[in-house]
Amino acid sequence: MLTSTPKISRRSFVIGTAAVGGGLAVGLKIPFGADVVRAQDGSPEITAWVVVRPDDTVVIRIARSEMGQGTLTGLAQMVAEELECDWSKVTTEYPTPGQSVKRKRVWGDFSTGGSRGIRMSHEYVRQGGATARTMLVQAAADAWKVPASECSAANSVITHRPSGRTTTYGKVAEAAARLTPPAKVALKDPKDWKLIGKSVKRLDTLPKVTGAQVYGFDLKLPGMLTATIKDCPVFGGKVKSFEAAKVKGMPGVRHVVPVGDSAVAVVADTYWEAKTALDALPIAWDEGPNATVSSATIAEQLKAGLDADQVFVHNQSGDAKAAIGGAAKKIEAVYAYPFQNHAPMEPMNATAKYTPDRCEVWVPTQNGEAAFAATLAASGLPADKCEVYKINLGGGFGRRGAFHDYVTQAVLIAKQIPGTPVKLLWSREEDMLHGRYHPVMQAKLTGGLDAAGNLTGLHIRLSGQSIITAVFPQMLQNGKDALAFQGFWPTGEHSLEYTFPSLLIDHAMRNTHVPPGFWRGVNINQNAIFLECFMDELAHAAGQDALEFRRKFMAKHPKSLAVLNAVADRVGWGTPAPAGVHRGLAHFRCFASYVAAAAEISVSGGNKVKVHRIVCATDPGHAVNPAQIERQIAGSFVYGLSALFMEECTVKDGHIEQTNFNTYDSMRIAQMPKVESIIMPSGGFWGGVGEPTICVAAPAVLNAFFNATGRRIRSFPLKNHGITLV
Amino acid sequence: MARLTINGRSMEVDVNPGTPLLWAIREQVGLTGTKYGCGIAQCGSCTVHIDGAAVRSCVIPVSAAVGKQVTTIEGLAAGGVLHKVQQAWVEHEVPQCGYCQAGMIMAVAALLKDKPKPTDADIDAGITNICRCGTFQQVRQAIHAAARA
Repeated sequence: MLTSTPKISRRSFVIGTAAVGGGLAVGLKIPFGADVVRAQDGSPEITAWVVVRPDDTVVIRIARSEMGQGTLTGLAQMVAEELECDWSKVTTEYPTPGQSVKRKRVWGDFSTGGSRGIRMSHEYVRQGGATARTMLVQAAADAWKVPASECSAANSVITHRPSGRTTTYGKVAEAAARLTPPAKVALKDPKDWKLIGKSVKRLDTLPKVTGAQVYGFDLKLPGMLTATIKDCPVFGGKVKSFEAAKVKGMPGVRHVVPVGDSAVAVVADTYWEAKTALDALPIAWDEGPNATVSSATIAEQLKAGLDADQVFVHNQSGDAKAAIGGAAKKIEAVYAYPFQNHAPMEPMNATAKYTPDRCEVWVPTQNGEAAFAATLAASGLPADKCEVYKINLGGGFGRRGAFHDYVTQAVLIAKQIPGTPVKLLWSREEDMLHGRYHPVMQAKLTGGLDAAGNLTGLHIRLSGQSIITAVFPQMLQNGKDALAFQGFWPTGEHSLEYTFPSLLIDHAMRNTHVPPGFWRGVNINQNAIFLECFMDELAHAAGQDALEFRRKFMAKHPKSLAVLNAVADRVGWGTPAPAGVHRGLAHFRCFASYVAAAAEISVSGGNKVKVHRIVCATDPGHAVNPAQIERQIAGSFVYGLSALFMEECTVKDGHIEQTNFNTYDSMRIAQMPKVESIIMPSGGFWGGVGEPTICVAAPAVLNAFFNATGRRIRSFPLKNHGITLV
Repeated sequence: MARLTINGRSMEVDVNPGTPLLWAIREQVGLTGTKYGCGIAQCGSCTVHIDGAAVRSCVIPVSAAVGKQVTTIEGLAAGGVLHKVQQAWVEHEVPQCGYCQAGMIMAVAALLKDKPKPTDADIDAGITNICRCGTFQQVRQAIHAAARA
């Protein structure tokens, strides 16, 4: 990448480099070929999902976003399975949101969260592949003047069986693109799948090991300037004033601009110059009434909800309160879960170029359509004058899905410098102070046991934040946030996997000024801890084995029982553990999948925890790429155990106190347990993979910690109790 | 202005000598494989080699690299052939999002220079980079594979 000139000026790196967005614009209808939609290189589109080049390369369109989870490869496998193409010649590209709008959302939903990449689009992407295959075969049959039923396709080769004649997809693509797509195509029976279910290699590995992959942070556009920003540290606060004159003469500084009413940005030749000037810029904030809020005041607010009368009820059977009131033994526990930041390795960023006639944005996003909406709103331009180019993400975990505050900011900055592309980069500090945090939640769990130790009733009272109220209020059900009850639903993809003699689960909604967001797993993280740790507490109080106690309520939940049994068998539950090693179990249902984990830990000095081994089972219905599922499972324990042991965002004077990884730590390789995955797809449904496993990490380890020490920890992270992961 | 040698090429870089090496590499030289993650030497995403040793370039001023050999992820492969650590990374499909992996690979390449056959304890002590996707299980397997290569 170095130029041959040894002297490199400050700005030369942007000169002569191609716009990264160039290869991303697809589906442009250009005026030759009757009704054929062509990709930018002129190759014909067979269906919206499939472009075939003359050299037999197949370009598969991916509407969802790749952020490490492997959906790019998995979705390509789904299309290719039905397309019967040569997998070694598959490449992928992202359609743009602007094209999607023009083509009436032909690629469906772009949003990549809620573990939905594959499970919500499996049918239409396979149809996209099957339709294209049907058209390619028909085109060959037409050329040969034979019935299509005498032809078959495999590996991008079409064969006329009676004559043995063959041709390839690349040769018939032009003709196929002119055919009317069949109204209906049959999809393969899962037992006939050759590519789905196979651990084919990811399509995107090589550029990630050479440094060649361009992330949003790395984008270069001709004439581009770089900006960095400070938003009021207190959520809801505003900028009172700033003294631009004090930094305007600093090296590289071009502009100092207000962004909305709460932020200031410095725009410079380079990030480092912008950051240096921003650090030196005097800014006075009007922090507003939220400046009096602290973690302690929020905890008090939630605590009051634990005994409130006004609540939303989401799952109820029998009269749990009466059953518990009349029980021989009443068990009660209060748990608390903190605010947490997503902290993806790549901080938030977006690049925008604005003129009164056009606004373009380049952004790593989990939802191109939401980024597009933010671009329209901030630019004030209509959809046909805006475009968003998606870039692969340096981690998302939910931060880059429903929230595009950084897109809004980038466009608002670019509007003040029309015609100049501006790359807005957040510092890690800005990222930590302006997250969309894992919601805070407390829970009071109350259970009744009869004289024989049988559970008579269970009441779970949640008290805390509602993400839906803050983000998608139109989804509330008469004020109730059903998502707060993830894993506790009576039926559906987040169903409770126990049938109790009586049950009441309710939520006292207590919102705060700290903006909540969808943090990998969302509300399953706290709900699985609450339920699965309390199940152990009940079993202990009843003098029963934790596995046997659970099984009593799982007769009607065979898939959950199967994953629970699988981890128990593999870990050797009921047999002696190695000396000094203690075990814990947990299971949960979420995002339509069934997951269970068994942890083996040892504890030294009463507070140093070594997690030796985690056995995890998952039944996602269908396992499209088992090797990538294994990686999602192992990674879930890194994210989940980092959260359990280390991560909390505390609030002081209305702002978040943790500003970087020195106060918001994350697990290192030395702390990584051996993770054994049991992938046991039972078929007949499609469940998610990216998130479900994360929620069983914490309760399995917490239950093992109790078994090791007799201490039941009910508030998090564990560092607040002097407990560390070693 | 500072004279730097990066990936074997000597060049004059028009930059304040107090600028962190990371930003000079990314912004003046234009090599963006080296990543910013924290700016305070906590995460290791910015790891490069100076005279063969792994350093966190976000806290090293350009002036400290003058007269030394700087190697970035772009300079690790020699003559178009992937370094054995990169090769192991491909074979074991280590990266998920990949953002931290350049730093991780540079840290591992330096470790293997010091300890060609590292034990798990050597890996635990020597590799302290943060990976939020949680690739550590594959990282460990790939390090052992690279050591055997």
